[in-house]
Amino acid sequence: MSSADIYKELILDYYRHPKNFGKLEKYDIDAHDTNPLCGDEVDMQIRVGEDNNIEDIRFSGKGCAISQASASMLTELAKGKQLEWVKEVSKEDMLKMLGNPELGPSRIKCALLGMKVLKMGVYGYLGSKLDFTGD
Amino acid sequence: MLETEPLDVERIRQDFPILGRKVHGKRLVYLDNAATTQKPKQVIDALVDYYSRYNSNVHRSVHTLGEEATAAYEASRTKAARFIGASPKELIFTRGTTEATNLVRFAWGEKYVKEGDLLVTTLMEHHSNIVPWQLLAKHRGATLKFVGLQTDGTLDIATYEELLKESPRLVAVTHCSNVLGTINDVAKICSMAKRAGATSIVDGAQAVPHMPVDVSSIGCDFYAYSGHKMLGPTGIGALFGREELLQEMEPFQGGGEMIREVFLDHSTWNDVPYKFEAGTVNIADSIGLGAAIDYLAGLGMGKVREHELSLLKYTAETLSKLKGFHEYGPSDVSVRSGVVSFNFADVHPHDLATILDEEGIAIRSGHHCAQPLMRWLDVAATSRASFYLYNSTDDVDALKGGLEKAGRIFKV
Repeated sequence: MSSADIYKELILDYYRHPKNFGKLEKYDIDAHDTNPLCGDEVDMQIRVGEDNNIEDIRFSGKGCAISQASASMLTELAKGKQLEWVKEVSKEDMLKMLGNPELGPSRIKCALLGMKVLKMGVYGYLGSKLDFTGD
Repeated sequence: MLETEPLDVERIRQDFPILGRKVHGKRLVYLDNAATTQKPKQVIDALVDYYSRYNSNVHRSVHTLGEEATAAYEASRTKAARFIGASPKELIFTRGTTEATNLVRFAWGEKYVKEGDLLVTTLMEHHSNIVPWQLLAKHRGATLKFVGLQTDGTLDIATYEELLKESPRLVAVTHCSNVLGTINDVAKICSMAKRAGATSIVDGAQAVPHMPVDVSSIGCDFYAYSGHKMLGPTGIGALFGREELLQEMEPFQGGGEMIREVFLDHSTWNDVPYKFEAGTVNIADSIGLGAAIDYLAGLGMGKVREHELSLLKYTAETLSKLKGFHEYGPSDVSVRSGVVSFNFADVHPHDLATILDEEGIAIRSGHHCAQPLMRWLDVAATSRASFYLYNSTDDVDALKGGLEKAGRIFKV
Protein backbone atom coordinates (compact mmCIF):
# COMPACT_ATOMS: atom_id res chain seq x y z
CA MET A 1 0.00 0.00 0.00
CA SER A 2 1.57 3.31 -1.03
CA SER A 3 1.53 6.42 1.12
CA ALA A 4 -0.72 8.07 -1.42
CA ASP A 5 -3.23 5.28 -0.66
CA ILE A 6 -2.77 5.60 3.10
CA TYR A 7 -3.42 9.33 3.10
CA LYS A 8 -6.66 9.29 1.18
CA GLU A 9 -8.68 12.45 0.80
CA LEU A 10 -10.99 11.16 3.53
CA ILE A 11 -8.25 10.85 6.17
CA LEU A 12 -6.73 14.23 5.36
CA ASP A 13 -10.18 15.79 5.60
CA TYR A 14 -10.78 14.31 9.05
CA TYR A 15 -7.24 15.33 10.10
CA ARG A 16 -7.73 18.95 9.11
CA HIS A 17 -11.44 19.24 9.92
CA PRO A 18 -12.11 16.65 12.63
CA LYS A 19 -15.71 15.93 13.57
CA ASN A 20 -16.69 15.93 17.27
CA PHE A 21 -13.45 17.67 18.23
CA GLY A 22 -13.39 19.50 21.56
CA LYS A 23 -14.72 19.11 25.10
CA LEU A 24 -18.14 18.44 26.59
CA GLU A 25 -19.40 20.72 29.34
CA LYS A 26 -21.17 17.84 31.05
CA TYR A 27 -19.82 14.32 30.76
CA ASP A 28 -19.78 11.01 32.61
CA ILE A 29 -16.70 9.49 31.04
CA ASP A 30 -13.31 11.11 30.47
CA ALA A 31 -10.44 8.95 29.24
CA HIS A 32 -6.99 9.81 27.97
CA ASP A 33 -4.05 7.89 26.57
CA THR A 34 -0.86 8.49 24.62
CA ASN A 35 1.18 6.46 22.21
CA PRO A 36 4.67 6.46 23.78
CA LEU A 37 6.28 5.64 20.44
CA CYS A 38 5.39 8.96 18.85
CA GLY A 39 3.60 11.03 21.45
CA ASP A 40 0.13 10.91 19.82
CA GLU A 41 -2.52 11.90 22.35
CA VAL A 42 -6.26 11.26 22.42
CA ASP A 43 -8.76 12.34 25.06
CA MET A 44 -12.40 11.29 24.89
CA GLN A 45 -15.42 12.53 26.79
CA ILE A 46 -18.81 10.88 26.75
CA ARG A 47 -22.16 11.89 28.14
CA VAL A 48 -24.19 8.77 28.91
CA GLY A 49 -27.92 8.83 28.13
CA GLU A 50 -30.72 7.39 30.25
CA ASP A 51 -30.75 4.03 28.51
CA ASN A 52 -26.95 3.61 28.71
CA ASN A 53 -26.33 5.00 25.28
CA ILE A 54 -23.61 7.38 24.08
CA GLU A 55 -25.71 10.52 24.07
CA ASP A 56 -22.80 12.77 23.11
CA ILE A 57 -19.09 12.31 22.54
CA ARG A 58 -16.10 14.55 21.89
CA PHE A 59 -12.44 13.87 21.38
CA SER A 60 -9.40 16.10 21.58
CA GLY A 61 -5.71 15.46 21.15
CA LYS A 62 -2.74 15.96 18.92
CA GLY A 63 -0.85 13.60 16.72
CA CYS A 64 -0.48 12.21 13.25
CA ALA A 65 -3.18 12.20 10.61
CA ILE A 66 -4.00 8.53 11.16
CA SER A 67 -4.44 8.78 14.95
CA GLN A 68 -6.57 11.92 14.81
CA ALA A 69 -8.69 10.90 11.82
CA SER A 70 -9.42 7.45 13.24
CA ALA A 71 -10.41 8.90 16.62
CA SER A 72 -12.72 11.37 14.90
CA MET A 73 -14.34 8.72 12.69
CA LEU A 74 -14.86 6.52 15.73
CA THR A 75 -16.72 9.26 17.60
CA GLU A 76 -19.10 9.61 14.67
CA LEU A 77 -19.69 5.89 14.63
CA ALA A 78 -20.16 5.69 18.41
CA LYS A 79 -22.63 8.54 18.83
CA GLY A 80 -26.06 7.16 19.78
CA LYS A 81 -24.82 3.58 20.23
CA GLN A 82 -25.24 1.58 23.42
CA LEU A 83 -22.20 1.49 25.73
CA GLU A 84 -22.15 -2.31 25.30
CA TRP A 85 -21.50 -1.75 21.58
CA VAL A 86 -18.01 -0.48 22.43
CA LYS A 87 -17.02 -4.01 23.45
CA GLU A 88 -17.71 -5.18 19.89
CA VAL A 89 -15.41 -2.69 18.17
CA SER A 90 -12.33 -4.48 16.82
CA LYS A 91 -8.99 -3.67 15.26
CA GLU A 92 -10.35 -4.91 11.93
CA ASP A 93 -13.30 -2.50 12.18
CA MET A 94 -10.94 0.42 12.73
CA LEU A 95 -8.69 -0.47 9.79
CA LYS A 96 -11.71 -0.98 7.55
CA MET A 97 -13.08 2.38 8.60
CA LEU A 98 -9.78 4.01 7.64
CA GLY A 99 -9.68 2.05 4.40
CA ASN A 100 -6.24 0.71 5.37
CA PRO A 101 -6.43 -3.02 6.06
CA GLU A 102 -2.63 -3.38 5.78
CA LEU A 103 -1.14 -0.66 7.97
CA GLY A 104 2.37 -1.67 9.04
CA PRO A 105 3.35 -2.51 12.62
CA SER A 106 4.81 0.92 13.36
CA ARG A 107 1.59 2.70 12.40
CA ILE A 108 -1.09 0.35 13.66
CA LYS A 109 -0.94 1.85 17.16
CA CYS A 110 -1.81 5.25 15.69
CA ALA A 111 -4.91 3.79 14.08
CA LEU A 112 -6.00 2.04 17.27
CA LEU A 113 -5.32 4.78 19.84
CA GLY A 114 -8.85 6.22 19.64
CA MET A 115 -10.38 2.76 20.07
CA LYS A 116 -8.13 2.09 23.06
CA VAL A 117 -9.19 5.32 24.76
CA LEU A 118 -12.88 4.71 24.04
CA LYS A 119 -12.71 1.19 25.46
CA MET A 120 -10.72 2.34 28.51
CA GLY A 121 -13.28 5.00 29.28
CA VAL A 122 -16.39 2.87 28.72
CA TYR A 123 -15.03 -0.23 30.50
CA GLY A 124 -14.03 1.91 33.48
CA TYR A 125 -17.50 3.47 33.58
CA LEU A 126 -19.28 0.11 33.30
CA GLY A 127 -16.99 -1.32 35.98
CA SER A 128 -17.82 1.51 38.34
CA LYS A 129 -21.55 0.78 37.90
CA LEU A 130 -21.24 -2.87 38.91
CA ASP A 131 -23.17 -3.77 42.02
CA PHE A 132 -20.93 -5.68 44.39
CA THR A 133 -23.39 -5.70 47.29
CA GLY A 134 -25.22 -8.77 46.07
CA ASP A 135 -28.58 -7.00 46.43
CA MET B 1 45.14 11.27 3.54
CA LEU B 2 46.01 14.90 4.07
CA GLU B 3 44.23 16.69 6.93
CA THR B 4 43.10 19.34 4.46
CA GLU B 5 41.41 16.91 2.08
CA PRO B 6 37.69 16.34 2.61
CA LEU B 7 36.36 12.86 3.36
CA ASP B 8 36.14 10.58 0.35
CA VAL B 9 32.49 9.65 0.90
CA GLU B 10 32.26 7.36 -2.13
CA ARG B 11 35.19 5.29 -0.86
CA ILE B 12 33.84 5.29 2.71
CA ARG B 13 30.44 4.05 1.54
CA GLN B 14 32.11 0.94 0.10
CA ASP B 15 32.95 -0.11 3.68
CA PHE B 16 29.29 -0.25 4.73
CA PRO B 17 27.50 -3.32 3.36
CA ILE B 18 24.05 -2.13 4.45
CA LEU B 19 24.27 0.98 2.28
CA GLY B 20 23.96 -1.29 -0.75
CA ARG B 21 20.53 -2.39 0.41
CA LYS B 22 17.31 -1.35 -1.27
CA VAL B 23 14.26 -0.27 0.74
CA HIS B 24 10.92 -0.41 -1.11
CA GLY B 25 13.01 -0.78 -4.26
CA LYS B 26 14.83 2.52 -3.65
CA ARG B 27 18.42 3.27 -2.62
CA LEU B 28 18.67 3.35 1.19
CA VAL B 29 19.11 6.94 2.35
CA TYR B 30 19.99 6.53 6.00
CA LEU B 31 19.46 9.77 7.93
CA ASP B 32 18.80 8.37 11.41
CA ASN B 33 22.37 8.46 12.66
CA ALA B 34 21.60 10.21 15.93
CA ALA B 35 19.58 7.11 16.84
CA THR B 36 22.21 4.60 15.74
CA THR B 37 24.81 4.48 12.98
CA GLN B 38 25.57 1.79 10.44
CA LYS B 39 28.60 -0.48 10.84
CA PRO B 40 31.57 -0.76 8.50
CA LYS B 41 32.84 -4.20 7.51
CA GLN B 42 35.95 -3.58 9.63
CA VAL B 43 33.73 -3.65 12.76
CA ILE B 44 31.64 -6.60 11.56
CA ASP B 45 34.86 -8.48 10.71
CA ALA B 46 36.30 -7.77 14.18
CA LEU B 47 33.24 -9.42 15.75
CA VAL B 48 33.40 -12.42 13.41
CA ASP B 49 37.16 -12.73 14.01
CA TYR B 50 36.72 -12.74 17.78
CA TYR B 51 33.98 -15.36 17.74
CA SER B 52 35.77 -17.45 15.11
CA ARG B 53 39.30 -17.43 16.49
CA TYR B 54 39.70 -16.45 20.15
CA ASN B 55 36.33 -16.36 21.92
CA SER B 56 37.05 -16.85 25.60
CA ASN B 57 36.32 -15.23 28.95
CA VAL B 58 38.66 -12.47 30.04
CA HIS B 59 40.92 -11.81 33.05
CA ARG B 60 40.59 -15.25 34.65
CA SER B 61 41.55 -17.75 31.98
CA VAL B 62 45.17 -18.84 31.96
CA HIS B 63 44.96 -20.48 28.56
CA THR B 64 45.95 -18.99 25.21
CA LEU B 65 42.46 -18.01 24.06
CA GLY B 66 41.77 -16.29 27.38
CA GLU B 67 44.98 -14.33 27.17
CA GLU B 68 44.24 -13.24 23.60
CA ALA B 69 40.70 -12.18 24.50
CA THR B 70 41.95 -10.29 27.56
CA ALA B 71 44.61 -8.51 25.54
CA ALA B 72 42.04 -7.48 22.89
CA TYR B 73 39.51 -6.35 25.51
CA GLU B 74 42.07 -4.22 27.33
CA ALA B 75 43.44 -2.85 24.07
CA SER B 76 39.90 -1.66 23.29
CA ARG B 77 39.68 -0.02 26.70
CA THR B 78 42.88 1.88 25.95
CA LYS B 79 41.47 2.98 22.57
CA ALA B 80 38.14 4.02 24.11
CA ALA B 81 40.01 6.05 26.74
CA ARG B 82 42.61 7.67 24.47
CA PHE B 83 39.90 8.60 21.97
CA ILE B 84 38.51 11.05 24.53
CA GLY B 85 41.86 12.00 26.11
CA ALA B 86 41.48 9.80 29.20
CA SER B 87 43.61 7.18 30.89
CA PRO B 88 42.50 3.51 30.59
CA LYS B 89 42.06 3.09 34.34
CA GLU B 90 39.51 5.91 34.29
CA LEU B 91 37.45 4.21 31.57
CA ILE B 92 34.64 1.84 32.54
CA PHE B 93 32.91 -0.19 29.86
CA THR B 94 29.12 0.06 30.14
CA ARG B 95 26.14 -0.98 28.03
CA GLY B 96 25.99 2.58 26.74
CA THR B 97 25.37 6.15 27.87
CA THR B 98 22.19 5.25 29.73
CA GLU B 99 23.91 2.63 31.83
CA ALA B 100 26.74 5.10 32.45
CA THR B 101 24.45 7.79 33.89
CA ASN B 102 22.69 5.14 35.97
CA LEU B 103 26.06 3.88 37.22
CA VAL B 104 26.88 7.40 38.44
CA ARG B 105 23.42 7.66 39.97
CA PHE B 106 23.96 4.53 42.09
CA ALA B 107 27.70 4.39 42.70
CA TRP B 108 28.25 8.12 43.25
CA GLY B 109 24.80 9.58 43.90
CA GLU B 110 23.57 7.18 46.54
CA LYS B 111 26.77 7.79 48.50
CA TYR B 112 27.14 11.55 48.21
CA VAL B 113 23.69 13.08 47.62
CA LYS B 114 21.95 13.99 50.85
CA GLU B 115 18.48 15.20 51.77
CA GLY B 116 17.93 18.79 50.72
CA ASP B 117 20.69 18.74 48.09
CA LEU B 118 20.17 20.29 44.67
CA LEU B 119 20.80 18.47 41.39
CA VAL B 120 20.93 20.48 38.17
CA THR B 121 20.33 19.36 34.62
CA THR B 122 19.02 21.15 31.51
CA LEU B 123 15.84 21.34 29.44
CA MET B 124 17.60 20.00 26.35
CA GLU B 125 18.63 16.65 27.86
CA HIS B 126 17.84 13.21 26.57
CA HIS B 127 15.72 11.28 29.08
CA SER B 128 18.83 9.28 30.03
CA ASN B 129 20.29 12.43 31.59
CA ILE B 130 17.04 13.39 33.36
CA VAL B 131 15.29 10.29 34.67
CA PRO B 132 18.23 8.85 36.67
CA TRP B 133 18.53 12.19 38.48
CA GLN B 134 14.78 12.30 39.10
CA LEU B 135 15.03 8.86 40.66
CA LEU B 136 18.08 9.86 42.69
CA ALA B 137 16.40 13.05 43.90
CA LYS B 138 13.31 11.13 44.93
CA HIS B 139 15.29 8.45 46.71
CA ARG B 140 17.61 10.81 48.58
CA GLY B 141 15.17 13.63 49.26
CA ALA B 142 17.01 16.00 46.94
CA THR B 143 15.61 18.52 44.41
CA LEU B 144 16.12 18.52 40.66
CA LYS B 145 16.12 21.82 38.76
CA PHE B 146 16.59 22.64 35.10
CA VAL B 147 18.72 25.16 33.24
CA GLY B 148 16.47 26.91 30.71
CA LEU B 149 17.04 27.64 27.04
CA GLN B 150 17.22 30.74 24.92
CA THR B 151 15.01 31.11 21.87
CA ASP B 152 17.88 30.14 19.54
CA GLY B 153 18.12 26.72 21.20
CA THR B 154 21.24 27.42 23.25
CA LEU B 155 21.49 27.11 27.02
CA ASP B 156 20.47 30.11 29.09
CA ILE B 157 23.67 30.60 31.06
CA ALA B 158 22.02 33.31 33.21
CA THR B 159 19.61 30.76 34.72
CA TYR B 160 22.53 28.38 35.17
CA GLU B 161 24.44 31.03 37.13
CA GLU B 162 21.40 31.55 39.35
CA LEU B 163 21.15 27.81 40.06
CA LEU B 164 24.86 27.64 40.89
CA LYS B 165 24.29 30.17 43.68
CA GLU B 166 22.26 27.43 45.40
CA SER B 167 25.42 25.24 45.58
CA PRO B 168 24.19 22.18 43.67
CA ARG B 169 25.73 18.78 44.38
CA LEU B 170 25.60 17.73 40.73
CA VAL B 171 25.47 19.34 37.28
CA ALA B 172 24.42 17.03 34.42
CA VAL B 173 24.61 18.40 30.88
CA THR B 174 24.67 17.12 27.35
CA HIS B 175 27.68 17.93 25.18
CA CYS B 176 25.45 18.04 22.15
CA SER B 177 21.64 18.00 21.88
CA ASN B 178 20.14 15.06 20.00
CA VAL B 179 17.24 17.27 18.87
CA LEU B 180 18.54 20.80 18.36
CA GLY B 181 22.10 19.81 17.50
CA THR B 182 23.30 22.50 19.91
CA ILE B 183 26.94 22.00 20.92
CA ASN B 184 27.24 23.21 24.48
CA ASP B 185 30.37 24.87 25.84
CA VAL B 186 30.85 22.04 28.31
CA ALA B 187 34.31 23.23 29.38
CA LYS B 188 32.78 26.49 30.58
CA ILE B 189 29.77 24.75 32.17
CA CYS B 190 31.99 22.25 34.02
CA SER B 191 34.44 24.89 35.26
CA MET B 192 31.52 26.97 36.57
CA ALA B 193 30.16 23.83 38.25
CA LYS B 194 33.55 23.14 39.80
CA ARG B 195 33.82 26.67 41.22
CA ALA B 196 30.37 26.19 42.77
CA GLY B 197 31.52 22.92 44.35
CA ALA B 198 29.40 20.68 42.11
CA THR B 199 30.36 17.38 40.51
CA SER B 200 29.78 17.35 36.74
CA ILE B 201 28.66 14.67 34.31
CA VAL B 202 28.56 15.19 30.55
CA ASP B 203 26.43 13.11 28.16
CA GLY B 204 28.67 12.74 25.13
CA ALA B 205 26.50 10.32 23.14
CA GLN B 206 25.97 12.86 20.33
CA ALA B 207 29.43 14.43 20.53
CA VAL B 208 32.10 11.71 20.59
CA PRO B 209 30.96 10.21 17.24
CA HIS B 210 31.00 13.58 15.48
CA MET B 211 33.84 15.79 16.71
CA PRO B 212 37.16 15.68 18.58
CA VAL B 213 36.55 15.34 22.34
CA ASP B 214 39.10 15.74 25.13
CA VAL B 215 37.88 15.24 28.68
CA SER B 216 41.00 16.77 30.21
CA SER B 217 40.33 20.10 28.50
CA ILE B 218 36.61 19.87 29.32
CA GLY B 219 37.46 19.36 32.99
CA CYS B 220 34.39 17.24 33.77
CA ASP B 221 34.21 14.65 36.54
CA PHE B 222 32.30 12.10 34.44
CA TYR B 223 31.78 11.73 30.69
CA ALA B 224 29.63 9.08 28.98
CA TYR B 225 29.27 7.87 25.40
CA SER B 226 27.75 5.02 23.35
CA GLY B 227 29.46 2.72 20.88
CA HIS B 228 26.51 2.11 18.58
CA LYS B 229 26.27 5.81 17.68
CA MET B 230 29.87 5.80 16.37
CA LEU B 231 30.00 2.79 14.03
CA GLY B 232 30.37 0.32 16.90
CA PRO B 233 28.11 -2.54 17.97
CA THR B 234 25.06 -2.11 20.19
CA GLY B 235 25.37 -2.85 23.89
CA ILE B 236 28.75 -1.26 24.48
CA GLY B 237 29.60 2.21 25.73
CA ALA B 238 31.93 3.94 28.09
CA LEU B 239 32.04 6.04 31.20
CA PHE B 240 35.04 8.18 31.99
CA GLY B 241 35.36 9.08 35.67
CA ARG B 242 38.16 10.91 37.45
CA GLU B 243 40.26 8.29 39.21
CA GLU B 244 39.98 9.76 42.71
CA LEU B 245 36.18 9.74 42.40
CA LEU B 246 36.11 6.17 41.13
CA GLN B 247 38.32 5.07 44.03
CA GLU B 248 35.89 6.49 46.59
CA MET B 249 32.62 5.45 44.96
CA GLU B 250 30.57 2.44 45.94
CA PRO B 251 30.29 -0.46 43.47
CA PHE B 252 27.46 -0.29 40.94
CA GLN B 253 26.65 -3.99 40.70
CA GLY B 254 27.98 -6.88 42.76
CA GLY B 255 29.27 -10.10 41.32
CA GLY B 256 32.33 -11.70 39.85
CA GLU B 257 35.33 -9.69 38.68
CA MET B 258 34.46 -6.57 40.71
CA ILE B 259 35.73 -8.14 43.96
CA ARG B 260 39.14 -8.57 45.56
CA GLU B 261 38.03 -10.98 48.30
CA VAL B 262 34.66 -12.29 49.40
CA PHE B 263 33.91 -13.47 52.94
CA LEU B 264 30.62 -14.54 54.45
CA ASP B 265 29.98 -11.19 56.07
CA HIS B 266 31.78 -8.72 53.81
CA SER B 267 33.75 -8.27 50.61
CA THR B 268 36.52 -6.04 49.34
CA TRP B 269 36.59 -4.48 45.91
CA ASN B 270 38.80 -4.86 42.89
CA ASP B 271 40.85 -1.94 41.56
CA VAL B 272 39.19 0.63 39.30
CA PRO B 273 37.86 0.35 36.68
CA TYR B 274 37.21 -3.38 37.33
CA LYS B 275 35.33 -2.51 40.52
CA PHE B 276 32.54 -1.30 38.20
CA GLU B 277 32.51 -4.18 35.72
CA ALA B 278 30.66 -7.00 37.48
CA GLY B 279 30.11 -10.33 35.77
CA THR B 280 31.25 -11.41 32.34
CA VAL B 281 31.75 -8.22 30.39
CA ASN B 282 30.69 -7.54 26.81
CA ILE B 283 33.94 -8.79 25.30
CA ALA B 284 32.95 -9.08 21.64
CA ASP B 285 31.30 -5.68 21.40
CA SER B 286 34.13 -3.91 23.21
CA ILE B 287 36.46 -5.34 20.57
CA GLY B 288 34.02 -4.14 17.91
CA LEU B 289 34.08 -0.68 19.49
CA GLY B 290 37.88 -0.75 19.32
CA ALA B 291 37.64 -1.44 15.58
CA ALA B 292 35.15 1.43 15.19
CA ILE B 293 37.52 3.80 16.99
CA ASP B 294 40.39 2.68 14.74
CA TYR B 295 38.21 3.46 11.73
CA LEU B 296 37.27 6.94 12.99
CA ALA B 297 40.80 7.77 14.14
CA GLY B 298 42.06 6.73 10.71
CA LEU B 299 39.79 9.31 9.07
CA GLY B 300 40.40 12.03 11.69
CA MET B 301 37.59 13.44 13.83
CA GLY B 302 38.32 16.97 12.63
CA LYS B 303 37.48 15.83 9.11
CA VAL B 304 34.32 14.07 10.24
CA ARG B 305 33.18 17.33 11.85
CA GLU B 306 34.05 19.35 8.72
CA HIS B 307 32.11 16.93 6.53
CA GLU B 308 28.99 17.18 8.70
CA LEU B 309 29.27 20.97 8.77
CA SER B 310 29.30 21.10 4.98
CA LEU B 311 26.22 18.85 4.84
CA LEU B 312 24.50 21.00 7.44
CA LYS B 313 25.09 24.14 5.37
CA TYR B 314 23.90 22.41 2.20
CA THR B 315 20.77 21.17 3.97
CA ALA B 316 19.94 24.64 5.27
CA GLU B 317 20.25 26.05 1.73
CA THR B 318 18.27 23.21 0.15
CA LEU B 319 15.39 22.71 2.55
CA SER B 320 14.78 26.27 3.74
CA LYS B 321 13.38 27.04 0.26
CA LEU B 322 10.53 24.57 0.80
CA LYS B 323 7.22 26.17 1.67
CA GLY B 324 6.16 25.16 5.19
CA PHE B 325 9.63 23.97 6.28
CA HIS B 326 10.37 25.02 9.86
CA GLU B 327 13.68 24.13 11.46
CA TYR B 328 14.65 24.09 15.17
CA GLY B 329 18.04 24.72 16.74
CA PRO B 330 20.81 27.30 16.49
CA SER B 331 21.24 29.06 13.16
CA ASP B 332 24.95 29.45 13.92
CA VAL B 333 26.32 26.18 12.48
CA SER B 334 29.59 26.55 14.42
CA VAL B 335 27.66 25.51 17.56
CA ARG B 336 25.54 22.93 15.78
CA SER B 337 26.14 19.28 15.02
CA GLY B 338 24.84 17.42 11.97
CA VAL B 339 21.29 17.16 13.28
CA VAL B 340 18.32 18.84 11.60
CA SER B 341 15.05 18.76 13.52
CA PHE B 342 12.13 20.22 11.68
CA ASN B 343 8.43 20.30 11.02
CA PHE B 344 6.90 20.51 7.57
CA ALA B 345 3.63 22.42 7.19
CA ASP B 346 0.90 20.53 9.07
CA VAL B 347 2.26 17.11 8.12
CA HIS B 348 2.78 15.26 11.39
CA PRO B 349 6.35 13.87 11.68
CA HIS B 350 5.01 10.36 11.95
CA ASP B 351 3.09 10.69 8.70
CA LEU B 352 6.12 12.26 7.07
CA ALA B 353 8.36 9.37 8.17
CA THR B 354 5.95 6.90 6.56
CA ILE B 355 5.98 8.79 3.26
CA LEU B 356 9.79 9.12 3.29
CA ASP B 357 10.22 5.44 4.15
CA GLU B 358 8.49 4.58 0.93
CA GLU B 359 11.26 6.50 -0.85
CA GLY B 360 13.93 4.51 1.01
CA ILE B 361 14.66 7.43 3.32
CA ALA B 362 15.08 6.69 7.02
CA ILE B 363 14.55 9.63 9.37
CA ARG B 364 13.43 9.79 12.98
CA SER B 365 10.07 11.17 13.98
CA GLY B 366 8.69 11.67 17.46
CA HIS B 367 9.83 13.18 20.73
CA HIS B 368 13.40 11.83 20.47
CA CYS B 369 13.45 10.85 24.16
CA ALA B 370 13.44 14.55 25.00
CA GLN B 371 9.85 15.31 26.04
CA PRO B 372 10.67 18.31 28.28
CA LEU B 373 12.39 19.90 25.27
CA MET B 374 9.37 19.13 23.05
CA ARG B 375 7.13 20.93 25.53
CA TRP B 376 9.51 23.88 25.56
CA LEU B 377 9.39 23.97 21.75
CA ASP B 378 5.61 23.66 22.08
CA VAL B 379 5.42 20.76 19.64
CA ALA B 380 4.24 17.19 20.11
CA ALA B 381 7.00 15.87 17.90
CA THR B 382 9.53 16.81 15.26
CA SER B 383 11.09 15.08 12.29
CA ARG B 384 14.84 14.66 12.51
CA ALA B 385 17.44 14.03 9.85
CA SER B 386 20.89 13.32 11.26
CA PHE B 387 24.09 12.94 9.25
CA TYR B 388 27.25 10.93 9.44
CA LEU B 389 30.42 10.35 7.48
CA TYR B 390 28.78 8.22 4.75
CA ASN B 391 26.05 10.75 3.93
CA SER B 392 26.36 13.01 0.93
CA THR B 393 24.56 15.90 -0.73
CA ASP B 394 22.72 13.23 -2.79
CA ASP B 395 21.05 12.12 0.45
CA VAL B 396 19.96 15.69 1.19
CA ASP B 397 18.56 15.99 -2.34
CA ALA B 398 16.65 12.73 -1.82
CA LEU B 399 15.23 14.12 1.42
CA LYS B 400 14.11 17.25 -0.41
CA GLY B 401 12.40 15.07 -3.03
CA GLY B 402 10.67 13.10 -0.29
CA LEU B 403 9.44 16.28 1.37
CA GLU B 404 8.10 17.52 -1.94
CA LYS B 405 6.20 14.26 -2.36
CA ALA B 406 4.73 14.62 1.14
CA GLY B 407 3.75 18.16 0.21
CA ARG B 408 1.88 16.86 -2.82
CA ILE B 409 0.06 14.15 -0.85
CA PHE B 410 -0.91 16.54 1.95
CA LYS B 411 -1.61 19.33 -0.54
CA VAL B 412 0.70 21.73 1.32
